[in-house]
Amino acid sequence: MKYLDEYRDAATARTYANAIRRVTTRPWTIMEVCGGQTHAIVRFGIDTLLPPEISLVHGPGCPVCVTPLEVLDQAVAIAARPDVIFCSFGDMLRVPGSQTDLFQVKSNGGDVRIVYSPVDAVKIARENPKKEVVFFAVGFETTAPANAMAVHRAKEEGITNFSILVSHVLVPPAMEAILSSHHNRVQGFLAAGHVCTVMGYREYEPLARRYHVPIVVTGFEPTDILQGVYLCVRQLEEGRAEVENQYARSVRREGNLPAQELIGRVFTVIPRKWRGIGEIPASGFGLAPEYEAFDAARRFRVDTYRAEENPECVSGLVLQGLKRPNECTAFGTKCTPLHPLGATMVSAEGACAAYYRYRRHEVPPAPPAPRVTSAPEGP
Amino acid sequence: MIDEFALRCPIPLTDHPTVQMGHGGGGRMTRDLIEQIFLPAFSNDLLAPLHDGAVFPIAGGRLAFTTDSFVVKPMFFPGGDLGTLAINGTVNDLAMCGARPLYLSAGFILEEGLAIEDLWRVVRSMRSSAAEAGVRVVTGDTKVVDKGRGDGLYINTSGVGVVETPLAIGPASVRPGDAVLLSGDIGRHGIAVMARREGLEFETEITSDCAPLTEPVRALLQNGLEVHCLRDLTRGGLTSALVEISESARLPMQIEEESVPVRDEVRGACEILGLEPFSVANEGRFIAFVPAAEAETARRRLGPEATVIGSVEPRGADPPYVRVRTSLGTTRILDLPSGEQLPRIC
Repeated sequence: MKYLDEYRDAATARTYANAIRRVTTRPWTIMEVCGGQTHAIVRFGIDTLLPPEISLVHGPGCPVCVTPLEVLDQAVAIAARPDVIFCSFGDMLRVPGSQTDLFQVKSNGGDVRIVYSPVDAVKIARENPKKEVVFFAVGFETTAPANAMAVHRAKEEGITNFSILVSHVLVPPAMEAILSSHHNRVQGFLAAGHVCTVMGYREYEPLARRYHVPIVVTGFEPTDILQGVYLCVRQLEEGRAEVENQYARSVRREGNLPAQELIGRVFTVIPRKWRGIGEIPASGFGLAPEYEAFDAARRFRVDTYRAEENPECVSGLVLQGLKRPNECTAFGTKCTPLHPLGATMVSAEGACAAYYRYRRHEVPPAPPAPRVTSAPEGP
Repeated sequence: MIDEFALRCPIPLTDHPTVQMGHGGGGRMTRDLIEQIFLPAFSNDLLAPLHDGAVFPIAGGRLAFTTDSFVVKPMFFPGGDLGTLAINGTVNDLAMCGARPLYLSAGFILEEGLAIEDLWRVVRSMRSSAAEAGVRVVTGDTKVVDKGRGDGLYINTSGVGVVETPLAIGPASVRPGDAVLLSGDIGRHGIAVMARREGLEFETEITSDCAPLTEPVRALLQNGLEVHCLRDLTRGGLTSALVEISESARLPMQIEEESVPVRDEVRGACEILGLEPFSVANEGRFIAFVPAAEAETARRRLGPEATVIGSVEPRGADPPYVRVRTSLGTTRILDLPSGEQLPRIC
């Protein structure tokens, strides 16, 4: 298929894998930030094409995985109300809150609908003026423009029975949280191509400088990822720490300016809690003051919910690249996609679910290769 | 048998206190429901193989018997409708038993308010599909439910066919070394229905592959060709068919991803929706397990679209895995989808 097959070509992949092997002289740990990349790496076995010195660890970029438990409980509480039509992207429905999930709410008679765009939820609100229509606005910067557009349009049209339950998170603060942790083992990043399509990559430049870490904006197909790894390893070996753009067919340095303008109007940056990681300052979006009337958590008075995580789940360590899914004792036994202990096992893009689906036949790997604790000073 | 069931547990333990949509998805949840609720209740040797239908001896031969219910929404979609599905679904389940389908029953559950024009359109489709498959609808039933208690029209069909081959076709006959054949490209039915239901428009209209499989199965079985197992790809797609047979036969398999035909428009739609073509529904495709020596003959008989997609491996670890060699030469396993396939966030 055009525009796809060329990025899954075996010969090109081998060429990049060989190039990576040629430039690699010592162990490096690289984190792919986005769940879509994790999924592609595990599905295509991309890590198995790399030399043993290169260790890929999986990052926090799965929106389903990092949505806090209490927000899921809020969603469940709102969706169960008889006056509500609750709209969501499909993969949020199976994520368990502390008691139950949205599928269960649906089977108990709740009006829970899968939509493909938040703007469709506005249409449902227009067509059902006697119902409250709530859209579950989760995601990174990638989904923010469409969610902002939905709220903006509802305000323009004076649709008052529409609101969104916001759990928007931002990539750069999460990367900084990982880099500033004492336990950090990440030496280079593959940044999320689609997030950068919206936001550009200027905001990654200070991170690369401050933490002396290479950041390569990377796409999602096998050869994209291999090329991203190659660029990252080359920087590490040469002692450079720059932002490079592998995904130039989609990403420009300044990003999509009209989308950023819309996001800036509807949302404001606030601290957010990340499931498994905790609260990170200035790491998410909330509705800006002039759009606060569209905040479902306030409208339905569920914004004070708090919830406790299952202590057995190590998804927080997985999301920070400190553990691999199959290093968890519950993996594949107590914790499976049908009985997830944590969200990384639920979402198709969650690292645990990807390992379960594609490689649970493998024995757990040996402990990680000895690691270099600081980046080298120069070439 | 009844006592044993009663002793075991008054309400068999399941993972969910209520039925979920995923229980009908043809994946792991469907399998669990069958194993936890239906199998313990009805346990018998004809049901146990969990094949597409039951095959049993009668004086002078063997009969195959099967049933299927059709609740697809929307009722009409590119390449077919509820009527074509209702006939072909049951006809194909009989064909997968190696049977020549003969007679069908049809039960109609009509929702108050259904347009007679729509009902007539569906019934006409059933008539032409039955003629194409060489079966007759010989008995039926009609019920009407209140408005709001059905999606317009549900149809159940049951069917009997005569098994004229001496072969025991089913997962238990699968052997290490068998070739796995696929009768044509996959994923069109599921995408056609989803596109119509969700109002998605693609550059090229994707039409369902819905078709009777009687003729290709008859061609395959000619002159005593040794067929070990047949399975049509319905809900859960190629993935469910391969994993279920692998688990029933307790044999691992190796599949070559590149050899599985998927049309560009289906791959494109799957990319956009975040779906795996291997797990998307079909209504006119099947896989066949034959000895490697017969693979080429079988492939020729199934026509130009058929391909050998892999092979059955020697017994190894339990549970057995279906391994897929990707386009990059790496390996992953196939896993039953948990519940319904869900479109991704981004």
